Amino acid sequence: MNLYSRRRLRNRVVLLLSVGATVIGLGWLVLILGTLVYQGLSGLSLAVFTEMTPPPGADGGLLNPIIGSLMLTILAVAIGTPIGIMAGTYMAEYGKYAKLTVVVRFINDILLSAPSIVVGLFVYEILVAPMGHFSGWAGAVALALIVIPVVVRTTEDMLLLLPKELRESATSLGLPRAYVIRFVSYRAARAGIITGVLLAIARISGETAPLLFTALNNQFFSTNLNAPISSLPVVIFQFALSPYADWQKLAWIGALIITFAVLALSITARALSASGKSS
Amino acid sequence: MLFHHSTRAAAILVLIILSGVIIALIQGSLPALQAFGFNFLIEERWNPVTERFGALAPIYGTLVTSLIAMLIAVPLGLLIALFLTELCPPWLRRPIGVAIELLAGIPSIIYGIWGLFAFAPFLQRTLQPFLIDIFGSIPVLSSVFEGPPYGIGMLTAGLILAVMVLPFVASISRDVFEAVPPVLKEAAYGVGCTTWEVVRNVVLPYARVGVIGGVMLGLGRALGETMAVTFVIGNAHRISASILAPGTTISATIANEFTEAVGDIYTSALIALGLILFAITFIVLAAARLMLMRIERRVG
Repeated sequence: MNLYSRRRLRNRVVLLLSVGATVIGLGWLVLILGTLVYQGLSGLSLAVFTEMTPPPGADGGLLNPIIGSLMLTILAVAIGTPIGIMAGTYMAEYGKYAKLTVVVRFINDILLSAPSIVVGLFVYEILVAPMGHFSGWAGAVALALIVIPVVVRTTEDMLLLLPKELRESATSLGLPRAYVIRFVSYRAARAGIITGVLLAIARISGETAPLLFTALNNQFFSTNLNAPISSLPVVIFQFALSPYADWQKLAWIGALIITFAVLALSITARALSASGKSS
Repeated sequence: MLFHHSTRAAAILVLIILSGVIIALIQGSLPALQAFGFNFLIEERWNPVTERFGALAPIYGTLVTSLIAMLIAVPLGLLIALFLTELCPPWLRRPIGVAIELLAGIPSIIYGIWGLFAFAPFLQRTLQPFLIDIFGSIPVLSSVFEGPPYGIGMLTAGLILAVMVLPFVASISRDVFEAVPPVLKEAAYGVGCTTWEVVRNVVLPYARVGVIGGVMLGLGRALGETMAVTFVIGNAHRISASILAPGTTISATIANEFTEAVGDIYTSALIALGLILFAITFIVLAAARLMLMRIERRVG
């Protein structure tokens, strides 16, 4: 075999492998989603949303974990988003060239991918242990700590994308800096900042590890944030590892709900950021 | 001014959170570290009854599962990036890229439940008996693939981690591949290089730092991943040469035992595990960020 055909052959092999790798990657996505639909869809009914988690062997739904997850998520976003947006604003507007910004950006990027179970341990140490009991508040704080880095990152990126002429022209009209940011920068970067919040919601709605020893779980219906509160991911964890077939079934249904909620959120976020960029 | 200072305070809060995490973990793990000292790192025993704890088995499991994950995810991710940048028709680029990134969006507990009920039984029937058959008669490798096919175990955990890390490696590699100046590639194509030769000799050397950064970022994920691993690792506190055997990782140990831990020293030993995990991932992620920052500076 001469040099040319050997090179051509090697090229073809690598290109085939790369097509194969892409097929494997996409196939895996289809496989996971397919399994979820196959296992979960048959059990999906109205009762899932209106009835409480059952004892083993009885009928029931996922009402209390769904409510719990919604409460925790809303609270976490309510705590984390303002802090995240403010910090991102400082980094992109006031402290663009400050040393603090460089350090915070670096630390924030590390927090962004730090193991979430460590966040759970941290909140356990500062909230659960001193208070003496697990609580919904602790769970919400743990999730908020995961929201913050995501929002900081996207807010900073989006504000930095704005053309500086926008700020200059507002300033030249005599607007103070704080007003320029609030009425011009925020408005121009709105789609991007909302994208960041949506991505953060997508990220925390499936988080389990930080809730295991903060919000714990509650088999009864409870909206008391001072007591342990049930959440969808923790219930999936508990039910899936249980030996009862009907609990496992509910775990699959919960998994289906979470996955499609998360995928819908991230696709919305993508569509939003794409439309923001083109306009 | 008020607005200025409150944004600054929020930025400083991010720093306080990180230092708070470090301080809280150190404080929480002090009792265990005082009781066991340096031995905590090299002791294999993990016995809640006699309150003797050592972190070696979870550390070993964490490293082995992450290694398996990276061995699979890095080549696959690079090949996907190659496909997306060099082969894929432009109108398909975005949909396929988004689909691969969606893999990263699936919550880890979903990987766990899928791994336990769908993937592990499949491996138990197919891949694992196959590996045992093939390598059973080769001296060293036979001990790596030894034992009954449980389905769950370190190999299964590593494979699941590989799928979870793949989108990170693939999408960052794609981004840095795209940042290679077209002139360089065109020059190489112009002297008659094949696509593979262009990627091998022009794209990869140019994008090296960025790719390594992406790989380290993926590694950081794999090391700290909790729920998916907890489902399929088997949670056995022992070190075995066979990757088919059940094991445990740092995060799986914490997730499984923390709420059931009785006694200060037990809780403290688990927090010390968390501290070790945080230290390892901090170093890996910091290195990844520094490398990616270097390439950003070059591009920007």
